[in-house]
Amino acid sequence: MSFNLLVLTCLGYVVLLFTVASAAERAAVAGRAGWLRSPMVYTLSLSVYCTAWTFYGAVGYAARSGLEFMTIYLGPTLVFVGWWVVLRKLVRIGRENRVTSIADMISARYGKSNLLGVIVTLLCIMAGTPYIALQLQSISQSFTVFVTDPTGPSLATDTTLIAFWVAVGLAFFTIAFGTRTLDANEQHPGVVTAIAVEAVVKLLALLAVGVFVVWFVATGPSDILARIDAQALPEWEIQPGRWTGLILLSAIAIICLPRMFQVTVVENTNDQHLATASWAFPLYLFLISLFVLPIAVIGMELMPAGSNPDMFMLTLPLHLGQDGLALLSFLGGFSAATSMVIVASLALATMVSNHIVVPLWLRVRAVRQRDTGDMRLLVLSVRRLSISLVLGLGYVYYVITGGSAALASIGLIAFVGVAQCLPALIGALYWRGASRNGAALGLIAGMVLWFYTLFLPSFGPEVFLSARVMESGPFDLAWLRPYSLFGLTTLDPLLHSLFWSLMVNIVAFCFGSILSFPSPIERVQGALFVDIFDRPGTARSWTRPMAEAEDLLPMAQRIFGATEAQAFFRAQAELQGKQGFLPDITPEFLEALELKLAGSVGAATAYAMLAQTVGTSVVSVDDLMAVASETAQIMEYSAQLEAKSEELTRTARKLREANEKLQTLSVQKDAFLSQISHELRTPMTSIRAFSEILMDADGMSDEEQIHFARIIHDESIRLTRLLDDLLDLSVLEHGQVQLNITTANLRELIDRAITASNSVQAERNFTLHRSRDREDVDITTDAGRLAQVFINVLSNARKYCDAADPQLRIKVKRRNGMVDVDFIDNGIGIPRDKQALIFEKFSRLTDSMQAGGAGLGLAICREIMHNLGGDITYVPGQGGAAFRVSFPMQLEARESSARPATDPAEAAE
Amino acid sequence: MKPPRTQQFLGRESYRMRRLMDAARILPVFALVLLLLPLMRHSPELEAPPTATESVYLFAVWAVMILLAFLLSLWLRRALDPADKGKRPHRAGPSGE
Amino acid sequence: MQKRVLVIEDEPNISEALSFILSRNGWRVDVTADGKAALGRLYADPPDLLILDLMLPGVSGFDILRSVRACDDTRALPVLMLTAKGQAADRIEAERLGVTRFMTKPFANAEVLAAVHEMART
Repeated sequence: MSFNLLVLTCLGYVVLLFTVASAAERAAVAGRAGWLRSPMVYTLSLSVYCTAWTFYGAVGYAARSGLEFMTIYLGPTLVFVGWWVVLRKLVRIGRENRVTSIADMISARYGKSNLLGVIVTLLCIMAGTPYIALQLQSISQSFTVFVTDPTGPSLATDTTLIAFWVAVGLAFFTIAFGTRTLDANEQHPGVVTAIAVEAVVKLLALLAVGVFVVWFVATGPSDILARIDAQALPEWEIQPGRWTGLILLSAIAIICLPRMFQVTVVENTNDQHLATASWAFPLYLFLISLFVLPIAVIGMELMPAGSNPDMFMLTLPLHLGQDGLALLSFLGGFSAATSMVIVASLALATMVSNHIVVPLWLRVRAVRQRDTGDMRLLVLSVRRLSISLVLGLGYVYYVITGGSAALASIGLIAFVGVAQCLPALIGALYWRGASRNGAALGLIAGMVLWFYTLFLPSFGPEVFLSARVMESGPFDLAWLRPYSLFGLTTLDPLLHSLFWSLMVNIVAFCFGSILSFPSPIERVQGALFVDIFDRPGTARSWTRPMAEAEDLLPMAQRIFGATEAQAFFRAQAELQGKQGFLPDITPEFLEALELKLAGSVGAATAYAMLAQTVGTSVVSVDDLMAVASETAQIMEYSAQLEAKSEELTRTARKLREANEKLQTLSVQKDAFLSQISHELRTPMTSIRAFSEILMDADGMSDEEQIHFARIIHDESIRLTRLLDDLLDLSVLEHGQVQLNITTANLRELIDRAITASNSVQAERNFTLHRSRDREDVDITTDAGRLAQVFINVLSNARKYCDAADPQLRIKVKRRNGMVDVDFIDNGIGIPRDKQALIFEKFSRLTDSMQAGGAGLGLAICREIMHNLGGDITYVPGQGGAAFRVSFPMQLEARESSARPATDPAEAAE
Repeated sequence: MKPPRTQQFLGRESYRMRRLMDAARILPVFALVLLLLPLMRHSPELEAPPTATESVYLFAVWAVMILLAFLLSLWLRRALDPADKGKRPHRAGPSGE
Repeated sequence: MQKRVLVIEDEPNISEALSFILSRNGWRVDVTADGKAALGRLYADPPDLLILDLMLPGVSGFDILRSVRACDDTRALPVLMLTAKGQAADRIEAERLGVTRFMTKPFANAEVLAAVHEMART
């Protein structure tokens, strides 16, 4: 086959891809991207995992190591079959936060830290560049395979030159479709569609060669199985360590590889696609793997000894005279290589521009103050430059290593490199405590170890590390030998590196996270990521509007372009119910703007840009703390308000109660005054009436006159006593009474009271029952006042006891320093409904003449007893009227507060 | 006596859904165990490894995995957000979704 | 014929004063302190005039007035009500119930006599 035909085929194929991609772009812009966004296209775009390393290398791998090649596809299968566990969350977070790359994801999660973004970017470039070089190598190698005439055009044999032109072509394609616009969510329908087409081509090519080999070279599956066993080498033995380790490694790689992250997370449009991919992508890998071993076995059988098994995909059809099949296979390999290079360079370029170039530029700009340049053009140019840079690096790497055999293993070496992102990534998804410092420590530690134990040695001896260092370690420190660190000699170099780098990475990550204290924004983001499925919406931190919309619009125009930025601002203003292009700077607006910016320049950069415009400088942690404390203040203030209003309610309630009380008091006061009036007027009526009678004493007998004068005298005395009682009561009620505290003997006191009360209705003969021994108690109190109470109670008994044979029992009890003196007569007692009333003022149960008082006696008694720290109560159910006078044996020196205040409500009932 | 059928059906539905989610979590673990089985059945008498039989076994396990994942994805789709409702409303607008 | 007056008053000194004044001026005076018993006596043998204290033990003067005004035989009976409480509300209540005269204690003897004579004439 002529070289020119080959080149023409390639060009034709590329033109086809261009057409497909631009058609897809146009459809997407026109909003007709429906079928482009189908789950199948999504699944096919995932096939970017299968690079030229798969297409050519898998067969070589199988020829050398038997079934081990399958591990590279079984790992991803496990991850996708188990999509519910990790991928679902990863994809959701990525989509909701408009993550643009794996570096952006990690940087966003750990407090929008650009440091982490830079670390991950560097790591990915280190791991990705050789990988890109590998693709270039495989393409140029595949060209040479076809060149049967060594004297043909010089280009055909100059692999370096082929690689160069391939690199240029791919850079052009990637720039054309990867940086057409700064899309809001960094999605590239054109690229994705082209990748999907390439996925179909490479699958068809592999299947075609496989079917040819199984059914046309061999006679069918059973024949192939027999041939496999015939060709089986002892090295094909499955090695437990590598088998397990590589399944694990490839599982990690499918999550962490920048290009896989790009197609799986960044280009994802909804969860349903992932659900389809969960089985469809494993199926794709299954089909890719199915014929690898048969092709390898037939190649080993038919091809001359010493031929490169990595090229069996091409050489075998050529050897069998199937030029068409070989060309298809060539296109398959070309597809595999180009799709990988396009996506990888796109992903890497995004990372480079978002995490390294733009932040640097912003920093420089910030120093130079206000900028006028078109950011949009800048970002796009940076993106384009980055793509060229990444491809250039790949090319340079290829040229430097000269297509050495070392490249063959670069796939797995790159896997171990990107695997260093895993702890930080998994921590980002599931561990709220994971911190920026931990992630940075883990990433750096893992990266250093990977670099030292795998990456540098992979160049072969004497390139970076001398044979001597490899043999006996640097400075002859044997425990630092790159392939057997700390004396670990049983693992092969790859597993050795994977073990140590991941181990140290995880330990550093965990320790760093546990020991460090995350900043507020880290914690906010952590909660946002880890609890993505537990909350309805996202929480953001733009709470303090500082900038004017006029400042933000120019900046947005620089990123999105004038038309789109203006449309966005107008729509936002409309959402707020405003006309024109300038919405109010609400937190919601800022959040929306930040999200949109994040889609173009990454979360950390978007945040920094907004912060620069919104605030005077970059929003620092202190700033955030200020915002947080401001919020706390507002919350405290509102809590205070709440408390105040509660207090007001309480006060209002109190006022209402007081008012009600006053009203009752007023009613009671009226009743009291009316009572006093009655008690005063009644004796005065008699006095006045008889005085007037005596003034006109004609014809009155002396006896009559004396009788009337006596009445006047008695009533005057009654009036005086009433006034005395009222004064006494008033003094007692207000606690102004002066107590004369002395020590007295209770028995003597009772004796005195009995004697004094005998004058009341002296004609009645009471039988007294006393236990004089028990009465023999020394008490310290105001004896005079206490005697007054006793006299009152005894007089009442004499007045009211209606028994024919009146008896009175006096019982004395002592309890807890108190003395109870019960006075129990044998009368009918006091009816139950009156028992509560008798201690009230003016409560006379019988007519006044019999009582001979104003009905203040018991009220006064009660006041006296309260003043003496005791009480007087009516004891029902004692077979007669029973009053209990209780008081402390030792009355403390006067403390007016100790005495229960007389409730005014009681005063006039 | 039969209890009201519809209510019980709803309860069963969500219970079934949660168990299917469990199954989706267990599946990769189970699959890994099956994929590691070849490591444990090596017989030292054989001169060459039984690559043909192991490859048939591995591809069979693989196929079963794909089938199970397919069935699970059919069921679990219902637990996912509908395609259009993944975003919050205020992000709508001409932001180029 | 000597006119009869019934005095319902629980203060013995006051009823004694009233009875002295009224009998000296030609009235036949019956005195009782028990309001409930007085009602029976009123119905059985209605007097020409009733002097009624407002505050009586066990019964209110208002109740007696109400009963007096409710019975056909005593409906037109002139009633002089005496009270020591002197609240405006009481006077209003008494007038509502149909009292003939309302006086506050302490009273001037002449005043009571004048009121009684006036009431007896009509």
